[in-house]
Amino acid sequence: MIKVAHIGVGISGQEGMQAVLSSDFSFAQFRYLQRLLLVHGRWSYIRMCKFLGYFFYKNFTFTLVQFWYAFFCGFSAQTVYEDWFITFYNMVYTALPVLGMCLFDQDVNDRWSLYHPQLYAPGQKNQYFNKKAFVSYLIHGCYCSLIIFFIPWASMNDAVRNDGKDIVSHPSFAFLLQTCLLIVVHTQLSLDTYYWTAVNHFFVWLSTIGYFAISVTMYSNGMFYVFPSSFPLFGAARNTLNQPNVWLTIFLTFLLCILPVVAFRFIFIQLRPTINDKVRYKMRTEELTAPAPRRLLRRRSTRSGYAFSHSQGYGDLVTSRKFLIKRPLKMTALFTQTDSSIFQNQPQHYRTIAEEPQSP
Amino acid sequence: MMASSYSAKDEDGHITVSGPGGGTLRNKKPENTAFKQQRLPAWQPILTAGTVLPAFFIIGLIFIPIGIGLYVTSNNIKEFEIDYTGDDTSSPCYNCAKNFSWNNTKSCTCTIPFQLDQPYESNVFMYYGLSNFYQNHRRYVKSRDDSQLNGNIDSLKKPSKECEPYASIDNKPIAPCGAIANSMFNDTLTLFYNDPNGTSVPIPLTSTGIAWWTDKHVKFRNPVGTNSNLTAVFQGTVKPVNWHRPVYELDTDPENNGFINEDFIVWMRTAALPTFRKLYRIIQKKNTMAPTLPRGNYTLVVDYNYPVRSFEGRKRMILSTISWMGGKNPFLGIAYITVGSVCFFLGVVLLVIHHKYGNRNNSANISN
Repeated sequence: MIKVAHIGVGISGQEGMQAVLSSDFSFAQFRYLQRLLLVHGRWSYIRMCKFLGYFFYKNFTFTLVQFWYAFFCGFSAQTVYEDWFITFYNMVYTALPVLGMCLFDQDVNDRWSLYHPQLYAPGQKNQYFNKKAFVSYLIHGCYCSLIIFFIPWASMNDAVRNDGKDIVSHPSFAFLLQTCLLIVVHTQLSLDTYYWTAVNHFFVWLSTIGYFAISVTMYSNGMFYVFPSSFPLFGAARNTLNQPNVWLTIFLTFLLCILPVVAFRFIFIQLRPTINDKVRYKMRTEELTAPAPRRLLRRRSTRSGYAFSHSQGYGDLVTSRKFLIKRPLKMTALFTQTDSSIFQNQPQHYRTIAEEPQSP
Repeated sequence: MMASSYSAKDEDGHITVSGPGGGTLRNKKPENTAFKQQRLPAWQPILTAGTVLPAFFIIGLIFIPIGIGLYVTSNNIKEFEIDYTGDDTSSPCYNCAKNFSWNNTKSCTCTIPFQLDQPYESNVFMYYGLSNFYQNHRRYVKSRDDSQLNGNIDSLKKPSKECEPYASIDNKPIAPCGAIANSMFNDTLTLFYNDPNGTSVPIPLTSTGIAWWTDKHVKFRNPVGTNSNLTAVFQGTVKPVNWHRPVYELDTDPENNGFINEDFIVWMRTAALPTFRKLYRIIQKKNTMAPTLPRGNYTLVVDYNYPVRSFEGRKRMILSTISWMGGKNPFLGIAYITVGSVCFFLGVVLLVIHHKYGNRNNSANISN
C-alpha cells in the first residue's frame, strides 16, 4: 500500500468514486496522467519555485536596506523608508506582478513539455528550490540591498539640489531609495517571467506606474491638508524627482543590480545549458521556421477499451470498418501526435531520464 | 427512477445528464478558451547573444561619456570648507567652544580668516555643516507636530504627544514643540571681504529663498489670529528651552518670522545621514561681470552659540557654487565611468565565451 507520495491521483469511473474523493487530482482516463504530470505538474512546480524564490529575494532586499541604514541612524530603528511605503510594498506595489507570474508563467508550452519528458526531471530532483537555491536568493538579495543603499548614500553624501537647496532630507532620501528598490524588484520579476501575456504586462506596468501615481498623490497638497500628521512627507516627490542627479542615481542603481543577473544567466546558458534552456532555444528557432501547427480536432476515441453496458456500444463502428484506415501523418516529426501511444496500441515508451553529462 | 437521471461520462470527460424531461446538458468540461487552457498569446523572451551582447556594449558606450561629463562638471564646481568647531587649541574658536555654557547671555564671537584661490562666479551658496549629529534618530524624527507648524490653533495650544518632553513647560505649550525645533542651529555666520586696500567689506547674504517652496508656502504656516501681530497670536505659548529668542522674534521681516522663518524651515527638514549640510545663506550674483566672490582674503565671523563638543560633533561652513547636477560630488562621475568600463569589458568577455562555447545551446542532441 502506498503510504508516501507527492500527489495522489484517482481515476473516476464505474468502480465508484472512492478513489476520487480521497485523491488530490482525479480524472476519467489514464492517458490524462501524462498531461497532468508533464505539463501541469511541471508548470506548477516551476511557478511555485519562482514565486517562493522571488518572494524571498524581494523581502530580503527590502529589509536588508533598513539594516544597513541602522549603521547610519545610531541604531535607533529609524526606518529608511516612509511608513506608507512599508505598508504598501507587499500589498500593492509588488503583489500583482508576482500573482501574474505565478498564474501564467510557462517556460515551454505544453506540446514541447510532452515531447521532452526530461524537462520533468528537475521537479523530481528538487532542483529549483532547495537549501542551495535559498542561499543563492539570500545572497542575491543581500547584494541588491547593498547596491540600493550604498549607491544613493554615496551619491547623496553632501549633495544638494541644482538650485542649492536641500536634497538629503530624510523624506527625499527615503523616496530615492524606495524608487530604486521598486524599479530593481520589478525588473528582476521581469527577468524571471518567461511568458509575458497581456495580463502580466498589465500587472507589471500597473504596479510601477501605480507606485509613482500613489506616491505623488500621497505627497501632494490634498492629502497633507486632510491629514498633516499622517502624510508628513509632503513635497518630497516633486522636489526630488525633478533633479537630474536623482534620476542618474536611480539608473545607476538599477543597472548595477540587474546587469550581474543578466550576465550570470547568459554565462550559464552558454557554458552549461540545462535541458530547459535548450528546449526553449529550440522552441524559439522552430517557431520562427515551422508553419503554424494544424490543430488536431478532438474526436472521440474510437479505440476505447472500456465496455459500457448501459450505452449503445460500438457495434456500428466495428462493422463500418473505419478504424482500419491508416491515416497518414501530415505533421513533421517535431510535433508528434498529442494522443498517447495507446492510440496506436503501442506500449507507452518514455525516454529515460538521466543526468545530463557535464562535458559535451 | 435512477435510470432516468444517470450521468454518462464519455471518453473525453464530457458529462451529459439526461433529466426526466430529457435533453438538459451539464458540461463539466472546462471551456476551451485561450485563458482557461493557458494558451494566451505571449511574448517569450530568452537571453540570446543577439540581445545581451549589444546591450552590454551600448550601456558601456553610453555610461562612459555620461560619467566623464559628470566628473568634469563636478570638478568645475568650486567648494570651500572651514571647520570651526574649535576643538584644537590653534583654532580661533577654541575659547568659545571651551567656555560654552547654556546660561551665556552674551554670545561668544570668533573670527576665522581664510583665502579663496579662485573667483566664484554666479550664485554662491553658503552652507553650515554638522557631523556626528544624528538628525535621523527615530525618537528625534518623531518629535515634532506638523499640524502645529501648519498653523493649526488647536495644536498650537495643545501640542501632540510626540513632542514630549519638549511639549510644555509649567503647563504652557511650547511653540514650536519637539526636540527638532529645540535643537535648532543658532550660530550666526557672516562674511567679510578684505579688499586689497585693507577695508573689510561685508558680503550681502540673502536669507530668503533657502527653503523648499512647498515647505515655505504650504507645509509651514503661521497661526492666524484676530490680530495680525504675531506676538499676540503666540500669546500663551513659551519658546523652546534652548532658544534665545521666541519664535515670533526670529526675524524682523514679517514674511520670514514665526513658523515660516526659512532658517527654521530648513532645520526642521531633518537630514537622513549623520553628516549633513544645510543651506544657510545665498550670495547673489552681481549684476556686473565681476565674480560674486573674487579671489582674495576673507574673514568669517562666527557667533558661536551651538554646542557640539559634548557629542564629538563638528561644525563647518561651506561655500559652494552649483551646477545642473547639484553640488560637488565626484562619486557619480567616477561610478558611471567605472560601471561603463566594466560593462564594456564584460561585454567583450561574454562575446568570447559565446564564441567559444555558444554551440552547446544549439545542440540538437537533447540527451536521453
